Order: sequence, then structure tokens, then C-alpha cells
Amino acid sequence: MATRQTQFLARSLLAPAVVLLFVWMIVPLALTLYFSTLHYSLLDPGSESFVGLENFEYFLTDPAFLASLRNTLVLVGSVLLLTILLGIPLALLLDQPVVGRNFVRLMVIAPFFVMPTVSALVWKNLLMHPVSGLFAWLARLVGLTPIDWFNDVPLLSVILIVAWQWLPFATLILLTALQSLDEEQKEAAEMDGASAVSTFIYITLPHLARPITVVILIETIFLLTVFAEIFVTTGGGPGLQTTNIAFLIYSQALIQFDVGSASAGGLVAVVIANIVAFFLVRIVGRNLEA
Amino acid sequence: MARMATTRRVAISTAAAWLFGFLIFFPILWMVLASFKTELEAFAIPPSFLFFHWTTENYATVQERSDYLLHALNSIIIAGGSTVIALLIAIPAAWSMAFSPTKRTKDILLWMLSTKMMPPVGVLVPIYLIYKTFGLLDSRIGLVFILCLGNLPIVIWMLFTYFKEIPRDILEAARMDGATIGRELVYVLTPMAIPGLASTLLLNLILAWNEAFWTLNLSTSNAAPLTTFIASYSSPEGLFWAKLSAASTLAIAPILVLGWFSQKQLVRGLTFGAVK
Repeated sequence: MATRQTQFLARSLLAPAVVLLFVWMIVPLALTLYFSTLHYSLLDPGSESFVGLENFEYFLTDPAFLASLRNTLVLVGSVLLLTILLGIPLALLLDQPVVGRNFVRLMVIAPFFVMPTVSALVWKNLLMHPVSGLFAWLARLVGLTPIDWFNDVPLLSVILIVAWQWLPFATLILLTALQSLDEEQKEAAEMDGASAVSTFIYITLPHLARPITVVILIETIFLLTVFAEIFVTTGGGPGLQTTNIAFLIYSQALIQFDVGSASAGGLVAVVIANIVAFFLVRIVGRNLEA
Repeated sequence: MARMATTRRVAISTAAAWLFGFLIFFPILWMVLASFKTELEAFAIPPSFLFFHWTTENYATVQERSDYLLHALNSIIIAGGSTVIALLIAIPAAWSMAFSPTKRTKDILLWMLSTKMMPPVGVLVPIYLIYKTFGLLDSRIGLVFILCLGNLPIVIWMLFTYFKEIPRDILEAARMDGATIGRELVYVLTPMAIPGLASTLLLNLILAWNEAFWTLNLSTSNAAPLTTFIASYSSPEGLFWAKLSAASTLAIAPILVLGWFSQKQLVRGLTFGAVK
């Protein structure tokens, strides 16, 4: 029953947000696209010239690109695996009757609220330092040689830090989903003599399928561009061992000042993120109709 | 017999939950403890857990040597400013989509969501150059602006899902009674929307406070919020564990408290309503 007047009002209320987001999306992206076709170095201003797809060729055939693509995939994959494989049992545990559950929940959720630069530096120094870190002390306590985390297994170190930050997110979402599971269904299964394991496999796990998908997609979007944790711990090294795509683009743009190839890299990152986003938007969209 | 089993089950799951909860929380606890140690004790092997000489001098030194309060103020201005501006833009938009939906509302919502999917690093170069041209590098206003745009899709989405839950009958009743849209907004909608507004505000404060891509790349000193300030401790010559811990504890404490209040909204906000 909306009159023309209210329709007009509704549109003008929506307009600022739409216009802003549109400009925010289009202008930088168009500039990235434009820069990616130029030879453009901040060290050599005034020498900009059109080079076609040369930057893409340079970026994609650079050995650093393949290394960083591999690191990105390993980082995203490992963190996803860790957070989901640990998040499911943790969520199941917190769904049990536990004395002081709210307090335990607070402890579990806390890492998510710690700013990335803090968690990275605390882990790198206080915990993972090869001599004075707590892990080194624990290793010596049980008679092992302490690991020099950031030299011997740099990528794994970054993975552990990032997984610690995202485990609360996965756990919290899975727990929320578990709590919406119909108790009667579970009780009926128990009455029929189903074991805890088969209740889990046939009732709980299918119920968790959707939240797990959501966790995977949302984490992937954030994990594809992990930056601060690498920036403050390894600076992408040693060598290229912890350089992911986000860090590679950053270093080409703001350390080597090569605007052209950093822009080409930026577009590659956009394409990769869009593949993930496509699936996430479809899932959310389906939910919107229900 | 069944009762015994239940008690035992509760005892086991309680012990396990507390153990894992403690392990996950431990790095934060360890950092807080280190912030009360002297630099020597923070490095010491074997580490002391509780029986060390407790001191608060690190907190004083952090302020003296690095102007901590300036960076804290920057964080407050940048996180607060970007959240408030985002809300001012998002409230009318979400209101309009929730209460006067058109055929295209769903597409608009999904399109807004998709802008959030764009990796910031994809537009780092042009944003950096634009900021350089306009003198916005290392400025609070520049960071307010970019964090506001970055979080706008989430703000609109969260508000939309909350507004959607306000029963439409009430609005129709108000309209029947002759309320204008302005009155409807002030007297009917706003009181019902306040819980949703509050949790949206809270979640976005947290996200903006912890944002560490744009803040690291676009600020160095004057406008540097706490994320950038803490990052300055990563240089080898800046390695003072006790002071790093004190600065870090101060940086995360307020947000940890806010975060604990907004756990439920967090799920909803970060999954765009896909999990409630």
C-alpha cells in the first residue's frame, strides 16, 4: 500500500549508502585496473607508459607469485582444518552441562577480541622465543630440544597464531548452531538405543553441515588476506617462506614502489576472493528467502 | 544409578571444558602476568608464574616513553568515529529496505555484501596514492573514512536483520492512528530498534578497534592507533617483553570487556544472519 511519496522517501534514504558503496567499489578498482596496464614506479615518477598485459605476465611468472600462492593456500587450508577439527569437539563439549559454562565460554571466545598485532607479538616473543619462550622451557622440561619456531617452521608458526585467533569464531558459530538443534530428536534417537557416536554422525553432523560451510567461507575471506600477523612477525621471510599474496602485493607496492605490478597482483587477489565470495553470497541469499 | 552417571558425566565434561578453556585463554593470561614483571623476570628461565616481584612500573614507562595516551585516543577517535558515521548512513538505508522492500532489495543487499568480500589488498595501491595526493596519509580523518566504508556493509546487514524482526503490525497500527513517518520513526521504531542498534554499534567498534590492514598501511605516527603502535614493538631493538605486555594489556582490555558482552551478536553480525 506504499504511496508514491513513501516510495520516494524510501529510495532517498537508501541512496547515500548505495552511492557511497558504489563509489568505494568502483573507483579504486578501476584505478587498480588502470595502473595494472602501466609501467609505473614511484621511484621513477613521470615515466608512466602503457604496457598492456606486461605487468600480469611479470607478476604471474614471478617465482615469488607461485611461492606466495602456495603459502596462501597452505595457510588458509591449515587454519580452516585446525579451527574446524578443534572447533567441533570444543563446541560439543560446551554444549554439555558444564559447571561454570558461561565463564568457560568467556575464556574460549577471548582470543577473537585480541588485536592481530598483539596476538602475533605475544606468541612470537613470550611463547615461541627459542630461548626464553614458554614453549622452549616446556620442551626442555620434558627433555626435548626447543624448536626455533620462526626459523625452522615459520609458516607453521604463523598458522598456529592465526588458528588461535579464529578457533573462537568457529567454536562460537558451531555452538550457536548446536543449541538450536532440536533436543527431542536427539532424545528420540537415544530412546531408540542409538549410541552417542551414531547420534553424532546421523543427527548432529548433518545439522552442522550448514554452519560449517558458513565458517569455511567467512574464514576463507578473511584468511586470504592475513597481513598484520606476517607483518609484525616474519616480514614475509625467511626468504619467501611466509609471504602470502597479500604480503607480496604490499611489498611490491610500498617497499619496491612498483605500482604497476602490485596493481596486477591486486586484481589477481580480487579474482581469487571473488571465487569464494560467489559461493558465500549464494548461501546467504538462499537464507534470505527463507 | 542413572543419577550417578549424570553426575560423573557433568564432572568429566566440566573438567575437560575448564582445561581447554584455560589452555585457549592462557596466552592472554601469560601476557597480563608478564606486564607486572620486571624486564629481567619476563625473560627469566625458568619462568615464574605467580611468585615474582609484582610491579606496575611498566604501565608508567609505556606512557612516558611512547605517549601511549595519544595512540589510545587515536584508536577511540578512529573506531568510534567510523562506527558512528557508518551507523548514520546505515540506519536510513536498512530502515528503508526492511520496511519498504522492493523487488530489488534482495539484490541490493547481496551486492552490498559482495563489496565486503573485496580484499583490501586489491585496492591498496590506488587508496595509498589517493591518500598521498590529498595528504590523508597518517591522518585520523583518512582512517575514519576508510574504516567506515569497510564496515558499512556489515552495519547495514546487521541493522537490516534486526529491523526485519520488528513486527510490522505495530507499524501499521501506528499508521492507522495517523502517525507520520517521522513520528513512526521516533516513537515506535526507535525504542524497538535500540537493542539491535546497540549490538551493531558494539560489534563494529570491536572490528574497527582491531582493524590492522589499513591502520598499518596508512598510519605511521601522529594518527597511529594502538594496532600500529603495538606493531612498533616488533623491531628487534624494541624488544621489551614486560613493556610490550603492558601496552598490549591496555590495548585489548577495553575491547575484551565489550566483546564479552556482545558474543551473541558477534555470531549474527559476522555470518550476515546466516547463523543465528
